[in-house]
Amino acid sequence: MLRQFLLTSVMALSGLGLAAPVLAQDGPLRIEITDGVIEPMPFAIARFHDEGGAGEYLAQVQNLIAADLTGTGLFREIPASAHIARPESFDAPISYEDWKAINAQALITGAVRVEGGKVVVKFRLFDVFAGQPLGDGMQFDAAAGNWRRAAHKAADQVYSRLTGEGPYFDSRVAFVQESGPKDARRKRIGIMDYDGANVKWLTDDSTLVLKPRFSPDGSRLLYTSYATGFPQAMVMDVNTLASRPLGTGQQGTMSFSPRFSPDGRWIVYSLEKGGNTDIYQMDAATGAQRALTNAPSIETSPSYSPDGTQIVFESDRSGTPQLYIMGANGGEPKRISFGEGRYGTPVWSPRGDLIAFTRQVGAKFHIGVMRTDGSEEKMLTESFLDEGPAWAPNGRVVMFTRVTPGGDGQPRLHSVDITGRNMRPVKINGAASDPDWGPLLP
Amino acid sequence: MKLFIKLATVGAILALAACARPAQDMQIQDPYAGAGGAGMGGVGATALPGTAEYFKTAVGDTVLFAVDQSTLSSEARVILANQAGWLNQNQGFSAVIEGHADEQGTREYNLALGARRANSVQEYLVSQGVAPGRLQTVSYGKERPLEICSTEECYSKNRRAVTVVSPGAGM
Repeated sequence: MLRQFLLTSVMALSGLGLAAPVLAQDGPLRIEITDGVIEPMPFAIARFHDEGGAGEYLAQVQNLIAADLTGTGLFREIPASAHIARPESFDAPISYEDWKAINAQALITGAVRVEGGKVVVKFRLFDVFAGQPLGDGMQFDAAAGNWRRAAHKAADQVYSRLTGEGPYFDSRVAFVQESGPKDARRKRIGIMDYDGANVKWLTDDSTLVLKPRFSPDGSRLLYTSYATGFPQAMVMDVNTLASRPLGTGQQGTMSFSPRFSPDGRWIVYSLEKGGNTDIYQMDAATGAQRALTNAPSIETSPSYSPDGTQIVFESDRSGTPQLYIMGANGGEPKRISFGEGRYGTPVWSPRGDLIAFTRQVGAKFHIGVMRTDGSEEKMLTESFLDEGPAWAPNGRVVMFTRVTPGGDGQPRLHSVDITGRNMRPVKINGAASDPDWGPLLP
Repeated sequence: MKLFIKLATVGAILALAACARPAQDMQIQDPYAGAGGAGMGGVGATALPGTAEYFKTAVGDTVLFAVDQSTLSSEARVILANQAGWLNQNQGFSAVIEGHADEQGTREYNLALGARRANSVQEYLVSQGVAPGRLQTVSYGKERPLEICSTEECYSKNRRAVTVVSPGAGM
């Protein structure tokens, strides 16, 4: 039996997107990230089974899977108190009628056991109204300290099967923690799970540090440091915390805004000399550098396309900061932003289809996305000061910094999906800025 | 010569004798004594002309910029001409020129804008005769505001270049 799923659209939230038409879709159980207000898909997680020594992990794993899914804004959990059926074991047959009766469209069953210092998580996913499993059951195991990763992997499977999108829950985010008064901020770099858990500090706050950025495999971080008294681009090994400057810091120059190419062979960055800032490229192995732009304007915030052939960047050569694309070896840039105001911090989606950016119109800031030719521009957020988007590994969610106004103003990290829905804060203690979202973990 | 010394000695003796007069014959005037308003109870301090403190307070270490701009206003040029004058008179100092921006912009663009502002100041000082080797520039972008409110009143004070002098000949 094929699943009927109604996509009801009330009104497009912003930008140029047209309201999606009401559709009845034949096909697999699916919820999509598209324009318009979507009714979240109701799902249920049957109580997980303890298959040996699960202890507290049982509830924690189940709750984390639920939190990952509901956190996307696309799913709504039907609470255990409403469940009719309670499967006796992980392999017990499913009474679909009992789950249909409470309108659970998707059902997740699972089990956890602990053996030899490892947490083992099993799950199955069912399309309730089709009366059949959706994909195969799977098992993930992790060292006990990494139990959250096993839960994220299971949630990623469920999410991908139900949305058709790539996974993103099992990932880490680098960021800057800020403390102290606004005119004497102390900053340090941290890494955390995408949901704010497992924070690890990579620098102390004795030196001003900015804008950490992951290498493609997540093992290194580029960032900008004032350790020498002048902004200097640096690279750090995430595991050993060993850090060194990029290139030999030329006397009288500043380097900042570094990013790796997708193959890890190149680093693009901004180099300032004599008051002028251009984009340079460095061979990551040899340190050899060359200029990719050569203009009296400010060129900064470069970001590679995922196929490594192009670079999007910010330049004020037209008089105000705008977005431009050039070949990865330099060459004549083509402007892609044309709206009112100023555009900056462009970041190319890992899916290649969109560029996220910061746009300032008058006194308001927005996080936005546009197609790579500049078309279909859509604002996702608006506030006193939103800036610096970073892409989730699946190219469907963006994390950014929002600063509140005034002397007590604080920066906080938020995420939002590419339709502008589901904006929510990232749960970390204290003020934070400059997020960069790392790759999906293996 | 002998007479002179004799007279000087007599003068000294007389002066000492004057100091030996009994205390009640002298009125000691302490200009700072007594209850008073501001400044009456302490000791006034003025920086000596050849010091960093003097440069900062009397010469003026800061010039301001318009939104997005790095061009020098006529007021800025006056201050910078004075800065150059002081630097030319005090060759034992070098300077780091800090460029800053207000918070209404993205972080990296503001780093670059601050660098433009610092460079504008540096070029002007050099044009007024300061040896380039004595000057360095750095940008703090929007990282180190002077004023923390989020209105133009504060923003205008944050769009600045600050010339920080310190002893040392530079490069």
